[in-house]
Amino acid sequence: MASLTPQVTTQVTPGTVPGAARSGRPRQRSATAARPRVWRGVVLALAAVYFLVPLIASFVFTVKVPDQGFSLDAYGQIFSAEGFGGSLLLSLGLGVATIVLVLLLTLPAAVAVRLGAPGLRPVLEVICTLPLVVPPITFVAGISTVLRWGPDYLASTPFYQTIIAVQNPDFPVVLVLAYVVLALPFAYRSLDAGLGAIDVRTLSEAARNLGASWPHVLLRVIIPNMRSAMAGASFLTLALVLGEFTIARLLSFQTFPNWIYRISGSQAQVSVAVSVFSLLITWLLLLALSTAGARQRSGS
Amino acid sequence: MRDSRTRSKSRWAALPLLVFVVIVFGVPMLVLLGGTFTKEGTLSTANITESLQGAYLTALIGSVKISALVAVLGGVLGTFLAQAVVTSRFRALREAVLTASGVLANFGGVPLAFAWIATLGNSGVVTTTLGLGDHGWSLYNFWGLTLVYLYFSIPLMVLTVVPALDGLRPQWREAAQNNGASTWQFWRYVGVPVLTPALLGGVVLLFGGAFSAYATAQAMVGSTVPLVTLKIADALTGNVLIGHENVALALSLDMILVAGLVMAVYLPLQRRSARWLR
Repeated sequence: MASLTPQVTTQVTPGTVPGAARSGRPRQRSATAARPRVWRGVVLALAAVYFLVPLIASFVFTVKVPDQGFSLDAYGQIFSAEGFGGSLLLSLGLGVATIVLVLLLTLPAAVAVRLGAPGLRPVLEVICTLPLVVPPITFVAGISTVLRWGPDYLASTPFYQTIIAVQNPDFPVVLVLAYVVLALPFAYRSLDAGLGAIDVRTLSEAARNLGASWPHVLLRVIIPNMRSAMAGASFLTLALVLGEFTIARLLSFQTFPNWIYRISGSQAQVSVAVSVFSLLITWLLLLALSTAGARQRSGS
Repeated sequence: MRDSRTRSKSRWAALPLLVFVVIVFGVPMLVLLGGTFTKEGTLSTANITESLQGAYLTALIGSVKISALVAVLGGVLGTFLAQAVVTSRFRALREAVLTASGVLANFGGVPLAFAWIATLGNSGVVTTTLGLGDHGWSLYNFWGLTLVYLYFSIPLMVLTVVPALDGLRPQWREAAQNNGASTWQFWRYVGVPVLTPALLGGVVLLFGGAFSAYATAQAMVGSTVPLVTLKIADALTGNVLIGHENVALALSLDMILVAGLVMAVYLPLQRRSARWLR
């Protein structure tokens, strides 16, 4: 089948004997596949230049010191730079909290849609397209207005304390809530695909017939079968939280991306070094994700 | 009996998610709507009118322009790259390009801006090595931003169209050839019509990505390129006249309407392409 897929043209390249080209299929293919191979090479080469040059140049930028030549100092300075540890820890903490909350909310809903309430599927599909229609900056415009108006209108109610509490700069819960909304589409799609790969109905009915309670079914039967889908959802959520800038900046919380932005004014080299570093982290996260997915596929 | 009880129970399992979305997403959106249509405590359309005038209108048009350009360029270039990868005989190349696309499509925000500033900014490595500064090169304008946006848009397009290109069955091409169709005729009457929904869907996704991008633009061009996201951020952080905060909300509503219109094109298309490419 594959031998028939390359683009076949009627043109015969110079140098081949016309009769020979017509007589045998393999011969004709080798003569006519030359043209696609050229444009394919050109496209791939251009893409390689466009995508690799910024990565290489960024690295060169961070290790080139005037009058000194090569130095890895910028990478060493990352760890001693003021605010690095605090902002990274804050982002990681927000990431873990977001993952826990998004899984707690999405997993039961995804299982419910598969098992007993297919009518809810369109509702969840709509919820999952909302973040595409509503850009993060408009979402944060709404959130910041709520936070601004809250104190004016709710001063005498218990909600006032809640609004103050969610904005605690040491651990801004409001960011976790916003990130859960942003992560919902990825988490739901990942979990729904994972549920599609196992026979949830048979598994849960078997467990129920054997007398297991629903929480027991979820914890001991479904979740162990969903490890890789849940890992996928978690990785995507973590990558999202570690890179999110818009909401954190406009609500003035010192998360990791906001910190990179802040130090760029005074330490350009360090900020580029952190950028390279954060790309490497994303790369590793996604690589772990794809190998986990491959293992799951080969295992089942 | 038992079945219906299970059904009603499973509905409850989705309840926390729905309640969460209604509160965390719904309340800010309602406030956004309310704030847009009130000025100094009374109902009015003054904010919307102001958001469609002068510098605000320029910014909105600027955002639409750069997003459309990125979507079309990224769509075309991404499709060519995807076709080059799909028709390649090297399995490793395909895997490498798809993995790299997955990473680069997520490589946005502040780090992306800094990587390009280090490359082609005023003191960037390529700029200084090639002496581009003497030729009037600047990254900090409309075209520079387009170049940078394409860096995450092309990989996103590759990820979107590769499944569609894989779905073009070899049998269709063979059938066309057996009936005497030329390569051009195959693409004109079979390939492109089957791919159109997927391609348009990809272009819409790229538009949405570029339209809502804020971090890259903020870190790279500040406010030298008029973009609606930058204007909203300025208005929210109080970089404008006091009392005009609600214009930020009106601008946000404008953005949601534009993005919503574009998405309204995307969803039916996605359903149509899913039917062919199973």
